[in-house]
Amino acid sequence: MSFWKRFARNIGALVGLAILVLVGLMAVLAPVLFPFSPWEMRGIPFMGPGEAGFLLGSDSLGRDVAAGIAHGALVSFLVGGVSTVAALALGVTLGAVAGYGGGWIDDAIMRFTEFFQTIPSFVLAVVLVAIFTPSITSIVVAIAVVSWPPVTRVVRAEFLSLRSREFVQAAEVLGRGPIAIMFTEILPNALSPIIVLASLMVATAILLESSLSFLGLGDPNLMSWGFMIGSGRSVIRIAWWMSVFPGVAIFLTVLALNLVGEGLNDALNPRLARRRGTLPA
Amino acid sequence: MGAAKLLRFLAARSVKAAIVVLAIVVFQFVLIRLAPGDPASVIAGQSGAADPLFMEQLRAQFGLDRPMHEQLLIYLRDMLTLDLGFSHRQQQPVATLIGERLPATLLLTLTAFLFAVTAGVSLGVMAARRVGRAADSLITVIALTFYATPIFWVGLLLVLVFSVWLEWLPSFGMFTVGADLTGLAYAADVAKHLILPSLTLGLFFLAIYARLARASMLEVADQDFVRTARAKGVPEGRIVRAHVLRNALLPVITFAGIQAGQLVGGSILVETVFAWPGIGRLAFDALLARDYATLLGVFFCTAVMVVVFNLITDLLYALVDPRVEVA
Repeated sequence: MSFWKRFARNIGALVGLAILVLVGLMAVLAPVLFPFSPWEMRGIPFMGPGEAGFLLGSDSLGRDVAAGIAHGALVSFLVGGVSTVAALALGVTLGAVAGYGGGWIDDAIMRFTEFFQTIPSFVLAVVLVAIFTPSITSIVVAIAVVSWPPVTRVVRAEFLSLRSREFVQAAEVLGRGPIAIMFTEILPNALSPIIVLASLMVATAILLESSLSFLGLGDPNLMSWGFMIGSGRSVIRIAWWMSVFPGVAIFLTVLALNLVGEGLNDALNPRLARRRGTLPA
Repeated sequence: MGAAKLLRFLAARSVKAAIVVLAIVVFQFVLIRLAPGDPASVIAGQSGAADPLFMEQLRAQFGLDRPMHEQLLIYLRDMLTLDLGFSHRQQQPVATLIGERLPATLLLTLTAFLFAVTAGVSLGVMAARRVGRAADSLITVIALTFYATPIFWVGLLLVLVFSVWLEWLPSFGMFTVGADLTGLAYAADVAKHLILPSLTLGLFFLAIYARLARASMLEVADQDFVRTARAKGVPEGRIVRAHVLRNALLPVITFAGIQAGQLVGGSILVETVFAWPGIGRLAFDALLARDYATLLGVFFCTAVMVVVFNLITDLLYALVDPRVEVA
């Protein structure tokens, strides 16, 4: 059965994918749908949803909540994507070296990883962004710094189980260097769990970014969902829509990514199960 | 496990914990050095005066004119004697500020944790006993929903529903200001203020524990000793409680230890939403005021809390499961 068929068997995953496509379209089309800055005053403050031409209401400065959500989608995807790529780069490298190298290298890397897992990750992210001043770069770096340890653990486990297989031994006999073996022989065979993990990491990164910008640690030049909720917090009694709608956007996006992650897991696991099933017990 | 063995286990884990705390202090030291601008200029900026004399004085005070390794030793000595620095914003030692706020945070996180574990495990057990049926799907959907919802947004929605619309529960603070209650009335007042924040913080973890307990129950239920119990004619309820659940709880305990950091991190957001006077709120105020000494103090405090919590779960694990390796 093809990958796509196995993926499509999971209804939740299809729903998730559909939501993601919609949010993605919204992010891309934001400059067309709302061809003005989301920071711009568009009318009377505190208009409810549907009033005065505001689809989702206006905020305390008369800015369009719907425009903010549409423009904020890009920030969420950007931060989620880039920080995940950075965390993957770090986590995969460390995990590969630990799993393939073994011995004291493995010990040292795993101690380092455990240490980073002990530190409360959100508090660390807050401290990092605060110290290095809030900007899209510091946010991405902070999220990457707190989210690589699980990658290292997963990759290390995969490498440990793959390094003694025949195809690796064959490559070693052929005289290929350790770096070539790690990245061209073993890594492609360890991709499935990494892909599943990555989709969940994007979800977590989006949640983290929204939490940071809720606390006022967002990039001051970019409209983001967390910032919108944060600025609606103090006026929730008179303008519930300011905090509710951006929250719905975060919820749907994160939920969709989780659903897609589970679908990927279902679609990629049968192959894994078959491959492992053929091994002698 | 014998008392001597348990003691040895405790000693080994304490040494490990101490090493982690040391590493955290060194990490913090490196972080401060990496920050743009030296600490003296940051502090001078915070206290609003930056003439060269004052800067020089600050540099001498913090030992910034000495070699790096000496600075590290001074920093280590300060942190380990709980001298967490001085908040120039609040004109108080950071340790005092944290000490005042810590009980509120402990109350909030422990309540949320107990709620999340009991409710989460119960839901997980219920789902596992009804695999594939409507109740199972419903519980899975609930778990997935809370897992995907930003914690601060849940807090705001609860405020909106229970404080603004229904007017049942207070939306901020830890007690009614100016009520001057004592004894039981005070406890009841705090409990009323505690409901929404602990619910907010607990719901996210409830989702995790429910999924974990469900998976773990299903895994244990397939094992031979369960079949044996069933063959012996042990009643179904007893099998679930005494045979399956006891074993299924082990991964939940492990995970609770790993999640401790997230619980503490989540309390920053929850305390911000509900103006709960704990160290999370302290961190938020420190953020607004650019008070890095306090922020780092809170970071250190939460990291140590996590280490202690991990120590407790390790011990709990050893007590619950006699098979655990003592190393």
